[in-house]
Order: sequence, then structure tokens, then C-alpha cells
Amino acid sequence: MKPGEVNLGTSLMAVTFKGGIVIGADTRTTSGPYIVNRVTDKLTPIHDRIFACRSGSAADTQAIADIVRLYSEMYSVNFGEDPTIRTAAALFHDICYQNKNALSAGIIVAGWDKYEGGSVYCIPLGGSLHKQPFATAGSGSTYVYGYCDKNFRENMTQQEAVDFVKNGIALSISRDGSSGGCIRIATITEAGVDKIFIPGDQVPTFWNKS
Amino acid sequence: MSSIGTGVEYAAKAVDNSGTAIGLRVKDGIVLAVEKLLQSKLLVPISNRLIQTVDTHIGVATAGLLADGRHIINRARDEAESFRNNYRIQIPGKVIADRVGQYVQAYTLYSSVRPFGSSAIIGAVDNEGPQLYMIEPSGVYWGYYGCAIGKGKQVAKTEIEKLNLSELCVRDAVNAAAKIIYTVHDDSKDKAFELELSWITNETKRHEFVPREIAEEAERLAKDSLNEEMEDD
Repeated sequence: MKPGEVNLGTSLMAVTFKGGIVIGADTRTTSGPYIVNRVTDKLTPIHDRIFACRSGSAADTQAIADIVRLYSEMYSVNFGEDPTIRTAAALFHDICYQNKNALSAGIIVAGWDKYEGGSVYCIPLGGSLHKQPFATAGSGSTYVYGYCDKNFRENMTQQEAVDFVKNGIALSISRDGSSGGCIRIATITEAGVDKIFIPGDQVPTFWNKS
Repeated sequence: MSSIGTGVEYAAKAVDNSGTAIGLRVKDGIVLAVEKLLQSKLLVPISNRLIQTVDTHIGVATAGLLADGRHIINRARDEAESFRNNYRIQIPGKVIADRVGQYVQAYTLYSSVRPFGSSAIIGAVDNEGPQLYMIEPSGVYWGYYGCAIGKGKQVAKTEIEKLNLSELCVRDAVNAAAKIIYTVHDDSKDKAFELELSWITNETKRHEFVPREIAEEAERLAKDSLNEEMEDD
């Protein structure tokens, strides 16, 4: 991180459930101790039913997402079919791996396609690509591995998945100094995208109510 | 169609003088068959394939100038590989047909190159199911249920039209294809030939040459039915 660079010290989660995926993120963007934006949207649309969750350098991840959004648009125009999540993830992966020395980007690609249903791909710092039933990323993720491993189940209902993500992000926010603000959640199914915004004063609290 | 100096007409002639190649798109897959006319008795059987695999799920049969056919297939392989590298999925049939079609068409445009003296039948099984395309030397391509190129294309096409392609299965289509190639082959005029047979099934999504036992059985059935027809005459 260069001095003054804007950072997405972030808490990200993505989960597959029965009919699709749920993604969630906090809304804090910082530059050192200064909060640049307290209502950031880190859930970035890539295609009709594909989203990227961004962590790391705001500038790098925005630039990558812009490029992949262009590629995905070109893909559907050229081939008359929406790109699969696998394809979108591969496009992210190529950029992240080939420029690994210049980039600071941890990205989760998630969405729904007609061949594989809901899927979640994680691209951490080195530019590797992992298909996972659920994924966490960002500086806050380390604090909620235990929560996720204990509470994740395959084939949850949509509501269960949303609650799982909402609580995960809330717990992450409560321990990670670089995460905070509100929670943004998006559900992607065959039917489309449903976005939820949880204001800071409605973020779930647990035993240490403060 | 008439034009000046592109040479596409001569290229088409080269295809029309070569051994027949057919492609069938049936209910559960694709069958390709080629009548490979043998230039010499010294050639090793099963070498010098006219049907080749382009990607795991794509097979291409060519007719016309042999070397041009191989060049087209190499280009198709490059396109399939690059699509795989870019998008991490197998190239769909319509995309490879379009890419190869554009390539072939580009060779009709410049004075420094000549058009390909080959047509290619592209068979693929992708997410949409079986796909069959045929590319002409002009670069034009269409999707087909059944198509034929080469010397015997007229006869072959009338034979293919008699088949109920939408209800035929790959296993039966192999026998039908073998019979068509034997029907169009002219013993009196042409040299000896070798039958090349390949298929792609919806089940495996793999382009492979028809196993020897099944191919030999298909050839035997083809020869028998032709002999019967001769006796009837």
C-alpha cells in the first residue's frame, strides 16, 4: 500500500445456497486512519447475474472490475449468451495473476448461470483461483473463519444464507478496525438480483452490545 | 454466383473432385464419414487422416486439397485453444464455425494469397447439444442436420434426406453413414478407398474414431446391402 492510497480494508462473504448465491460486504473505505467513504458499495455488478466483491486497493480493483465488465459485455454480444461465472472468474484470474506484482486485489466472483446454478470463486492476493461453496475475503475475514466453518451448511434456504452472511459481516466489522459502517447484501438467483442495505444502527449485535 | 479473379470457383472445383465427406447431426450426437481415395497401394492404412480432432468435443472432416484441409484444422485447433485459455470453457460449435469461417474468407480477399481448396465439416457437441457446420472455400458457412461435400455430394445428399435424422441415434447413424459412403463410391471410375468414421455422443461429448469392431460391422452391413441391391437389379 503506497502512502495515501485508498484501501478497502474489508469484510467480504459469499455463500452458495439452494437456488443461487448471497454476497455481503461492509461499506468502509479508508486511507490510513481516515474513512474516505462510509457507505461504499463493494458489491460490483459485472454482468446481469454476476457480481464481484472487491477488497484491497480501491483503484486496482475498480480498474480490474471495469475491464472484466467490458469483457463480459463483449462476450455476451459476440456469442449471444451470458458468460458463465466460471468464465467471469477466469477473466478476473488472468488479470490478477498476470499482474500480480503490481496489484493489490482480493476478489470474490459470484453469481448464477444456467449451467452450474449459483457458484462462488475466490481470487486471493497471489492471483490463484478457487471454486468454493462459500468464501470470505478482506482484512476482516480472518476474524470470522471460525464462525463460518461452524455455521455454514450446504443447501441453505435463501433466508438462512442471508442471515449467515449478515451475522458474519457484523461479527467481522466488530473485530476488524478497517471494516465498518453498514452492511450491503445481494442475493443472485435465476430470478435476478436482490440488494439489501442494512444501515449502521441496524447492524446485528451479539453478546457485547455496544 | 460469379465474380472475377477471387479464385473461389476454382477452389470449389478442387473440393468437388475429391472423395466424399459427410456429416450427420442426429438426436444424440454427430457422425462424420469420409471416403478417403487411396492415391497409392503403398500408403499405410489409418494414416493420413482426413477426419481430425480439434478439441475434445470437436471433430472436423475435410475434402479437397489435403494440405489446405490440414491448415484449416490447425487454425481451428488454435482457435479452440485460445477460447479455452481466455474463457475456461470449451468453444461452442457456432463460435468455432464462425472463427474458422472468417479465417477462410480472409484468404479470398488478397492478391498475395489464394483461397483454400478445401471444405470443412465441423461437428461438435456443446452445451446446446450436437452442432454441425460446413464451411465452403468462400468462407460462407451454414448449420446443417446433414451435409455432404466432394464428388458424391449430390447422391449423398439425397440419401441423407431419406434419413430421419431427428430420431436417429448415433449408433444407427454410423451404419447409415457407412452405407452412404459405399453407395456414392464409384468402383469403376475411382481408386480403392478407405472409410473414415468418427462420432461425438451427447453422453461422452468426446470426438473419437468409431471403434474398429463397430466400424467393421458398419462396413460389412454397407457392403451386404449394396450387394443385395445389385442382385435385385
